[in-house]
Amino acid sequence: MDEGRKIRVLVAKPGLDGHDRGAKVVARALRDAGMEVIYTGLRQTPEQIVAAAIQEDVDVVAMSILSGAHNYLFPRVMQLLRERGVDDVLVVGGGIIPDEDIPGLKECGIAEVFTPGASTADTVKFIRENIKR
Amino acid sequence: MDWQEIVSRALARDIRAVSRLISIVEDRRSGFENAYAAIYPHTGRAHVIGITGPPGSGKSTLVDKMAAEYRGRGKTVGIVAVDPTSPFTGGALLGDRLRMQRHSLDDGVFIRSMGTRGHLGGVSRATSGVVDVLDAAGYDYVLIETVGVGQSEVEIASLADTVALVQVPGLGDDIQVIKAGVMEIGDVFVVNKKDRPGVERVVAEIRMALDLAGNASGRVRAYSGHHGPTAASAAGAVATTEVTPWRPPILQTMAESGEGVAEVCDMCDVHMCRLTEDGTLVERRLRRAKSETMQIASDLIWRGLADDPRTLEAAEGLARKVAQREMDPYVAGRSLRELIVN
Repeated sequence: MDEGRKIRVLVAKPGLDGHDRGAKVVARALRDAGMEVIYTGLRQTPEQIVAAAIQEDVDVVAMSILSGAHNYLFPRVMQLLRERGVDDVLVVGGGIIPDEDIPGLKECGIAEVFTPGASTADTVKFIRENIKR
Repeated sequence: MDWQEIVSRALARDIRAVSRLISIVEDRRSGFENAYAAIYPHTGRAHVIGITGPPGSGKSTLVDKMAAEYRGRGKTVGIVAVDPTSPFTGGALLGDRLRMQRHSLDDGVFIRSMGTRGHLGGVSRATSGVVDVLDAAGYDYVLIETVGVGQSEVEIASLADTVALVQVPGLGDDIQVIKAGVMEIGDVFVVNKKDRPGVERVVAEIRMALDLAGNASGRVRAYSGHHGPTAASAAGAVATTEVTPWRPPILQTMAESGEGVAEVCDMCDVHMCRLTEDGTLVERRLRRAKSETMQIASDLIWRGLADDPRTLEAAEGLARKVAQREMDPYVAGRSLRELIVN
């Protein structure tokens, strides 16, 4: 009788770049798709993102990185989630991510990476089809 | 984890369990009523403070700074931040946490964002249950930040022990503050952004509105002013003014810099002392229990109706008559009621 179940998504900007336009566009698109989007803003550490994901009991963590630090920050978030025993959260990434880095990120547990040009409709569809609970 | 395990861990303030239990309560997932029954005996200990006011008045920033202040005093804080759900898509952008993220690594602060999910009144239907989870988990204070309110979202008054009403300069004339609604529910008035022009006017207007409200008493004037007394001296002051009704103090703050926030925390504490001493706390909580019970009964009745095909069919038949002006809606409503009761 899960009456009121909604998909909850944490949208976060890890690291030091100050550009969150993309993250806001995605947040808005997910909102318009009927999801509850918790927006944490700029310059979040992986530790803060994981703590927020746990307190907010989200189904999805969506992170955007434009700074080039994705090969450190994304795996670090995955590692912290594992350390806290969180294995039922879908994690997706986006931003300026070179194609050759994507296989490595997927290997560490990022379910999908959305790069410039990806449509928000695809992101919504991917989330709906892949949430783990 | 099954619900029993979630409950026992949540009562020991295991963060993941608290969080999952909140989801169970908010979504009314299976096992919800059992879990709720198990935590309820552990509630009633937290001081529940509602922070309400117009959009952009600085509620999130104030809540963030109040949490920091109470943490500095060695207390733990649970925060429930409510933002509006779109009535069109059912989605929500919950952005209050943005201003509170510095607490995210502190285990003594738990922050949860909620959408209103179709409920009007400034909070969501499940907010009271979520407050109970945080209360049962042992947080000393539970701060509820309502959605940005206009004039009539007063439900927070039945959830919170203390309501802090945030106002800012420049929103309207003095008629706004004597209108009915939110202005009547403040236990503590906070005039935020006190560096802005017009702050004295807002303070004067609130003071005037309180005078008109008839609960004014010159003797309690000592409570107002932005250099509020410390908790200790103010608690003393309460003892000497026992007979006078609570006069909501008007405090001036600059939440962004933290100026005046300690006084807001002090005043919320003083208000709680007062509630406890003069017995109003019992009264308020009784009122909350009553409205909660009535609300649940009405939800159950309504859901029973909406699910019953016979009722729906009868309602449709009556509605057709009403639409064709063969019957007025009161007569139709009464016939439907007769049908349900019998």
